[in-house]
Amino acid sequence: MRIVKSNRSQFKDHQITDETVFNNKRHFLKKLGLVSTGALLTTPSQAGLFDWLKDDEAQPAKPPAPLKQLSYQPVKQSQKDQLELTPQDKVTSYNNFYEFGTAKQDPSEHAHQLTVDPWQLTVSGMVETPITLNYDDLFSSFALEERVYRLRCVEAWSMVIPWVGFSLADLLKKAGVKSDAKYVAFETLYRPNEMRGQKSRFIGGSIPYPYTEGLRIDEAMHPLTLLAIGLYGKSLPNQNGAPVRLVVPWKYGFKSIKSITSIKLTNRQPKTTWNISAPDEYGFYANVNPNVDHPRWSQASERIITSGGLFDQQRVKTLPFNGYADQVAALYKGMDLSKYY
Amino acid sequence: MKIQTKVLLSKILIHFFALSPLLLNYFWSITDQNGADPVKAIIHFTGIGALNLLLITLLISPCAKFLKQGWLMQLRRLIGLYSFFYALCHVINFWLFELNFQISLFLQELIKRPYIWLGMAAFTILLLLAVTSINYLRRKLGQNWQRLHYWIYPASLLIWIHFYWSRKADLTEPFIYLALIIILLACRPKKLKNWLLFK
Repeated sequence: MRIVKSNRSQFKDHQITDETVFNNKRHFLKKLGLVSTGALLTTPSQAGLFDWLKDDEAQPAKPPAPLKQLSYQPVKQSQKDQLELTPQDKVTSYNNFYEFGTAKQDPSEHAHQLTVDPWQLTVSGMVETPITLNYDDLFSSFALEERVYRLRCVEAWSMVIPWVGFSLADLLKKAGVKSDAKYVAFETLYRPNEMRGQKSRFIGGSIPYPYTEGLRIDEAMHPLTLLAIGLYGKSLPNQNGAPVRLVVPWKYGFKSIKSITSIKLTNRQPKTTWNISAPDEYGFYANVNPNVDHPRWSQASERIITSGGLFDQQRVKTLPFNGYADQVAALYKGMDLSKYY
Repeated sequence: MKIQTKVLLSKILIHFFALSPLLLNYFWSITDQNGADPVKAIIHFTGIGALNLLLITLLISPCAKFLKQGWLMQLRRLIGLYSFFYALCHVINFWLFELNFQISLFLQELIKRPYIWLGMAAFTILLLLAVTSINYLRRKLGQNWQRLHYWIYPASLLIWIHFYWSRKADLTEPFIYLALIIILLACRPKKLKNWLLFK
């Protein structure tokens, strides 16, 4: 089955902007000597004043691994045109992946230290046949397809990303889900020597590691739910969750767990990282919902991360289930979504 | 060097170091070279810049006393005004670029979100202090001027709470700032007492 789900909200223009070089500015700053100057000056792109305390290692100990060109069933151009894709360099340089630091550019600067090959993804728990996928299996076991999804972050920004991957359902069916399994628990790699945020709580934002997430079984089996192994036609850059990550487009981004090593079928609702950290702010379900605000900010609208500067900003209304209500609202029939946020 | 020359040169430096990063950041944000989200970048830069400048403002009088360099006091108003100016840019950025100029959304957020109205409360204080920094008003206010300007202390704490509350995780930086604020306030126990007792 090939699924191309785009958002119902339509954007008029389609353009993918050429990649711009973000680094120029940093070099310029460094030349000026502004980066490490005292209290008055902070480095841009949200780098903090005290980042120099955290920069413990010199830059590239090893170069980032080259990305694999993937072969997959592409999305039809006409469907791609419905949504304006977020430029690739923004998708790969603006990430929440606290294992590499809490600033948005930290993952793109530090994730190259992670070794993704060899890799093992295990499917275990309440299944007929436990499965282990090695690095190459991730790319060869299932038919790969491209899907253009919107990603809505709980921080009220969004992107449009062309993922490459396969349905989580394909993998779960292969393992054979036992009838009493009710939930799926996911876990990110725990490897502090390559993930600086796990080594130091000052870098990793003091959230518990390894990062865990969970879905109800019907959510996990839903055809929209994707295991992504690539984006923009190539294997995932490390900062985007290489080699394999979850993408659940109707839920806030933090549900889409990165660099997964374990998928476990269980009959109990799994503990999830952000829910443990701040239960009143981040629920288990985390469905995108414009009517239920985050305690500290509104979720009614969002800013689209796209090309263009300060004066080209687009703020749009957030749609229920991020625009995928037609396909997924039935999963939550009769549930009070302000209680199960 | 004459004191007047020292003050003049210092002021030129202050203008340069306050304005150049601000202009550069606006340039980068307008031309989409300020990270993937130029709006967040400029909002955070001006916000933290305002706090940094406020802390420097608070540092002036202890420094002048400790180093016995009275002329430093002549720089304080300028740095304080730049702190206000950064805060003004911060508020405008939020309204203009984050909320796309929507007044209703701005007011809604203002009322509903404690961290926003705390920030606005702090901004209101800074606004009052900036306006009354004009010599004419300063003379006019007499004794009350000092009483009013003690409000920089609660403002610094309000700004800190605003900063702390805006964070999702990673609270190291806010707590380093808190330590700095506490140290700076502890440098002036007498004035703090005066403020608390409405003297």
